[in-house]
Amino acid sequence: MKVVVCVKQIPDPATPYTLEEGTNWLIRPTEQVLDDGDRYGVEMGLQIAQANEGTVTLVSMGPAGNNQGVRQALAMGADKAVLIDDSELRGSDALTTARVLASAIKEEGFDLVIAGTESTDGYSGVVPQMISELLDVPALTYATKVDVGDGTVSIHRQTNDGYEVVEASLPAVVAVTAGVVEPRYPTFKGIMDAKKKPVENKTLADLGVEASAAQNVVSIESAPERSGGQKIDDDGEAHLAIISLLENRKVL
Amino acid sequence: MSSIWVFVQEENGAPSTLGLELLTKARGLGETTAIFLGDANDENLATLGAYGAATVLHADTGDQLPSAPLAAAIAAKAESDEPDVILFGQAYTDRDVAGRLAARLGVGVLSNAADLRITAAGVETDHEIFGGTKIATASLDSKPSLVLIRPKSFPAEPGEALTPASEALGLPDVGSSAARIAETHVEEREGPQLSDAAVVVSGGRGLGSPEAYELVEQLGKKLKAATGATRAIVDAGWVPYAKQVGQTGKTVKPDVYIAAGISGAMQHLVGMKDSKTIIAINKDPDAPIFSVADLGIVGDVHKVLPKLIEALESR
Repeated sequence: MKVVVCVKQIPDPATPYTLEEGTNWLIRPTEQVLDDGDRYGVEMGLQIAQANEGTVTLVSMGPAGNNQGVRQALAMGADKAVLIDDSELRGSDALTTARVLASAIKEEGFDLVIAGTESTDGYSGVVPQMISELLDVPALTYATKVDVGDGTVSIHRQTNDGYEVVEASLPAVVAVTAGVVEPRYPTFKGIMDAKKKPVENKTLADLGVEASAAQNVVSIESAPERSGGQKIDDDGEAHLAIISLLENRKVL
Repeated sequence: MSSIWVFVQEENGAPSTLGLELLTKARGLGETTAIFLGDANDENLATLGAYGAATVLHADTGDQLPSAPLAAAIAAKAESDEPDVILFGQAYTDRDVAGRLAARLGVGVLSNAADLRITAAGVETDHEIFGGTKIATASLDSKPSLVLIRPKSFPAEPGEALTPASEALGLPDVGSSAARIAETHVEEREGPQLSDAAVVVSGGRGLGSPEAYELVEQLGKKLKAATGATRAIVDAGWVPYAKQVGQTGKTVKPDVYIAAGISGAMQHLVGMKDSKTIIAINKDPDAPIFSVADLGIVGDVHKVLPKLIEALESR
């Protein structure tokens, strides 16, 4: 079984994000990390591939930098990676991203595509669904549990007040939520092996996709700040301050 | 006059509050059509009309996963009727339909918008970024322009009652894109619900253990509040997904929000920072949550919460 997992390298969320003057694009340092939400997709892909004598190929779009983020996913156990890095893709929108990824996935061939529900730096939250449409396969989204059977896939799809069991035939796209599985930590051997695994670089021309430019960031302004509140150290009586505020707000 | 389509999903037998929020906004922007996923009975049509729908295009996808057939049906209708804008909520099925529809039509989509304006070429939208500290304004020049709007960005208010024209959308066979909903499970719900409670008490990693979430539940009960959680403790499996407040979870705007052991990651702040009053308890004096809190208590939740609960019990 051919499992393709979409992953994204993002600036470390623990560092403050900065925007480029003029374009307002996110500045991406050479060293980026694997989006934490993607670790779940990689783990799910590895487990499914293992149970079905399959392989896991990573597909990623964005500035390669030193490939640190992709290597993290390879160190978990993925077999290889395809990375689409092209200066034309800077500031690209969700649809361009989906077209690039779908095209790379089609070239690789797939039985199952796994993606996260949304990236931690962009949050558009529609790329897996777009990929599904472009590949003409079902989009099984917000998966909190995934089971692959003989040519079929079944998931628990998160809803506002519970979940649905959704079934489809393979090939399919599954978008997983964090928590669908417990991601493994790379072993020392995994980290060493990852350095030797193939990372194939592709450009837009290789895939025959054109970047769209319908979408722009017009301006960035500071949001009106909340008026500064009161901060007190708990001296054992801080709960009284809470009660007094709750009374003031007529909750009590 | 602009033609605005609004996706509205049925929820518990009626048009969802999110859908009615979007209709309320849309009717001030142009001629409004609701795309209604659900039972187009007289009552539901009347509600959609009351919130501004002049036309209702309806479909019921039954046990099919709606995204593929609905996206195909809307795409076909949009190609003939040429709406200027199609609005969706930032919600599960909305995202699925909007994503597939955008790819099918080859048009852009702007996600997580907090407001929108119609422009000559398309739309302009506002987005809260960096945990709501900055507002980014984006433009999308495509026809139609698709926009996903965060819940509670606009109030849902009925206007002049319209009697909408109603038309069933033909659902095509989507072949290899089809998926089936085999079962639906509703997780146990008791007490006030997150999206409409006047008071919300939420817990985060600072609680230290899943057992300590009981303190949040107890305080919630005392205040007749809904209880919520951060993504961190939902991912850790302490509480169910339905309780998640934030970017990925629910957006809440209660009168009072109590954050217990929550540091205030951007992902969480986006979902609760517009609460009228915010009370935060955290032992780290530098926790970002204090920057939005009206009352910040620098202290241990395991000490403050039991005292608070006890004091409320004796009232």
